[in-house]
Amino acid sequence: MNSADVLIGIRDLKVDFRLDRTTVTQAVKGISFDIPVNSTVALVGESGSGKSVTALAILGLLPKENSTVPSGSRILYGGRNLLALAPRELQKLRGADISMIFQEPMSSLNPVFTIGFQLTEVLTRHLGMTGRQARVRALDLLREVGIPEPETKIEAYPFQLSGGQQQRAMIAIAIACEPKLLIADEPTTALDVTIQKQILELIAALQKRLRMSVLFITHDLALVGEIADYVVVMREGEIKEQGSVEQIFEAPRDPYTRALLLCRPQLERRPRRLPVIDDFMKPGPVAAGALEERSRGLRGDEEIILEVRRLGKSFYSRVGLFGRREFKAVNDVSFKLARGKTLGIVGESGSGKTTVALTLLRLRGESSGEALFDGKDLLSIPQKELMPYKRRIQIVFQNPYASLNPRFTIGQLLMEPLQVHGIGASESERRDTVYRLLEEVGLPEVSFFKYPHEFSGGQRQRIAIARCLTMKPDVLICDEAVSALDVSIQAQVLNLLQDLQDEHHMSYIFISHDLAVVKYMADQVMVMNEGKVVEVANSDDIYRNPQHPYTKKLLSSIPQGWRGARAR
Amino acid sequence: MPVTATASPALAADAVEPGRSLWQDAWARLRRNRMAVIGGVVLIVLTALSLLGPLFLAYSYEEQNLALGAAPPSAAHLLGTDKLGRDQLARLFFGGRVSLLVGLAATSVSLTIGVLWGSIAGYAGGKLDAVMMRIVDILYALPFTIFVILLMTVFGRNFILLFVAIGAVEWLTMARIVRGQVLALKRQEFIEAAVALGLRKSRIVLRHVVPNVLGPVMVYTTLTIPAVMLLEAFLSFLGLGVQPPMSSWGLLIKEGAEQMEEAPWLLIYPAAVFAATLFSLNFLGDGLRDALDVRASKD
Repeated sequence: MNSADVLIGIRDLKVDFRLDRTTVTQAVKGISFDIPVNSTVALVGESGSGKSVTALAILGLLPKENSTVPSGSRILYGGRNLLALAPRELQKLRGADISMIFQEPMSSLNPVFTIGFQLTEVLTRHLGMTGRQARVRALDLLREVGIPEPETKIEAYPFQLSGGQQQRAMIAIAIACEPKLLIADEPTTALDVTIQKQILELIAALQKRLRMSVLFITHDLALVGEIADYVVVMREGEIKEQGSVEQIFEAPRDPYTRALLLCRPQLERRPRRLPVIDDFMKPGPVAAGALEERSRGLRGDEEIILEVRRLGKSFYSRVGLFGRREFKAVNDVSFKLARGKTLGIVGESGSGKTTVALTLLRLRGESSGEALFDGKDLLSIPQKELMPYKRRIQIVFQNPYASLNPRFTIGQLLMEPLQVHGIGASESERRDTVYRLLEEVGLPEVSFFKYPHEFSGGQRQRIAIARCLTMKPDVLICDEAVSALDVSIQAQVLNLLQDLQDEHHMSYIFISHDLAVVKYMADQVMVMNEGKVVEVANSDDIYRNPQHPYTKKLLSSIPQGWRGARAR
Repeated sequence: MPVTATASPALAADAVEPGRSLWQDAWARLRRNRMAVIGGVVLIVLTALSLLGPLFLAYSYEEQNLALGAAPPSAAHLLGTDKLGRDQLARLFFGGRVSLLVGLAATSVSLTIGVLWGSIAGYAGGKLDAVMMRIVDILYALPFTIFVILLMTVFGRNFILLFVAIGAVEWLTMARIVRGQVLALKRQEFIEAAVALGLRKSRIVLRHVVPNVLGPVMVYTTLTIPAVMLLEAFLSFLGLGVQPPMSSWGLLIKEGAEQMEEAPWLLIYPAAVFAATLFSLNFLGDGLRDALDVRASKD
């Protein structure tokens, strides 16, 4: 590459973080790559790979109290080393030459100022515009990022916009000064798939029109195939592989890159077990099961364990002194769940998919309709008689960091349900049960005496699953159970869930916004939108031949990877 | 400087690191906070002196020597004597017992009532919550001084009344703090998980909710103790609290202030000890707040 074509050159960048007085970790271990002019570079890695730290280093935003950059590291921009610039100089570059958008649009916009105020502030600050000029330009920018009715929206506060519109507003602020480099740190992770697709298209279009460079940071390799020119794959502070997008997707050289591409469930194939990172990092053949296909789907003669009829759940908000407004979160939902099979529920946020689950568990109070389980209606059993049924339907929540009581050891967490429900004859018998379950979900025995904060996200999710298994449930609800996990960890947990289903013949209700994961896990898929069921069908059928326009829209939003992008 | 005995955390390549509970973590962090450790040590020394000091003195707190009168510090009376010739050091030690006892007792009263009241109101929600918190609001509205004067006139001057009066006022804030914490905690997934597991409400409140609000509660407690001691000093200053020949730090300061021109030692020493206690508690409270901050933990 010609040096004139390089916008930013990162040379041997190292970043050390001091954790406490004695421990220092190297978050970035000497990486070098170029961001060429007028192109998109994707920086891909799982949590802890150092990708966000790299971005912060470019902006000079590393926390001063506990991070150091050794003197050999350089970030070259226009002949200057950004790491050696005075804070005042850097401040002039930030926002004007280099700008950034973040993962959470809601928390990166200031909630007490209007969109217009935050947008014009940048224009008057960096470009020295007058208030009137800035307002005209701000309206143009809002139009450019596709916010409808810019004249009204410019007076709106962030909370009055939808998530997608907030991210668009954030992008408008970031491109206000026509920066040479836009850093996008997981800009779509917090958004629904359909919105994600729109934002990706917007970023790609703006990159071309403004002839800027984009550094796109993400944990999801499949996402960048459509927009990136170059891809840099990072792991544990090191670059594993870098190259053009063709090269990375068509002929990945590093086993880790290959693992990232294949650990994620794919739409075309359904291996009996998903490959995990270790399969690629160790020499030898890929684990058995990764090559066999698993067939999913219902024949129609399966035993039905749970039948939900016309389920409805409304929330009320007060209007005026006495009035109230009804919001139907779940509206006339019916489905059947077969024993030992998986029902996937997909839908965007606000579609009511989680409310269905929580209503079945009676965690959300009054509701209408019926849920027949073993011939009894779960929704109308009095609280006192509910105990034996509670045991048999369990739930794994999305956030493994919030779903375990931080003050309990793992032993206490897993013993508690056994004690409360009087399962097992004695304490020692219960303890044996817990040890057996720990082994079953793949955790060492010593975990019994440890606390949740000593485990990683994936391990915590295993603990949450083990806690459900203590009661040998017939139905396990997984509410976005793998959504917060890294791709490689996600594959491990999905494999665990499948193994457990094979062994215990549990039925799963698998709720997720990730259509590829649902396709992989589910026999039957139910698509929800605005509290209603849009379509139910066997999972292969629904992906091959969607009937409803909404289902089609959802499916077309799935990131296709590089080849998919080419095909279109 | 405190010696930090943290074993250098072996960065185990294995997935699971050796076990340390949140409390052990907090303790390790607290020990690294120099001001908090100094505060803790000062408090322990002051408590020990108040309890054991009088045993080693030749004079009791009420023994008068009218011939001597207010004498400056000397070999016989290390901190001097007051106008009735009572040994100031003995009175300071004895006053420490009263002040620290008031601080601890009134704080535990407020702690017990406040935590239970707040967590029940917060967890139950709805009408019960509304009723319980309106009661708190009404009690808040009572002027404290009038409340105490009322108690004193009805029941007469009584040492125990001090605890009751102060405790009855201090738990209100505690209840509000705890309720706020519980409201935030109630929406956490692990509480929902506990409900889904079929746990009874009482068990959820006692085993899952209360332990998780203890962090902020402990911090507020260390801030309540000095507040309570100040209240006692204030009441004694008004003549409503502890009466001579008994002594408390607040009482000593009041007496000292009356004669600060002719006998400054009567003001300086109790004031210094009292200030040291308040500083120590505040530093300890600050340290505890940082040490118990979950964000500082390993994830």
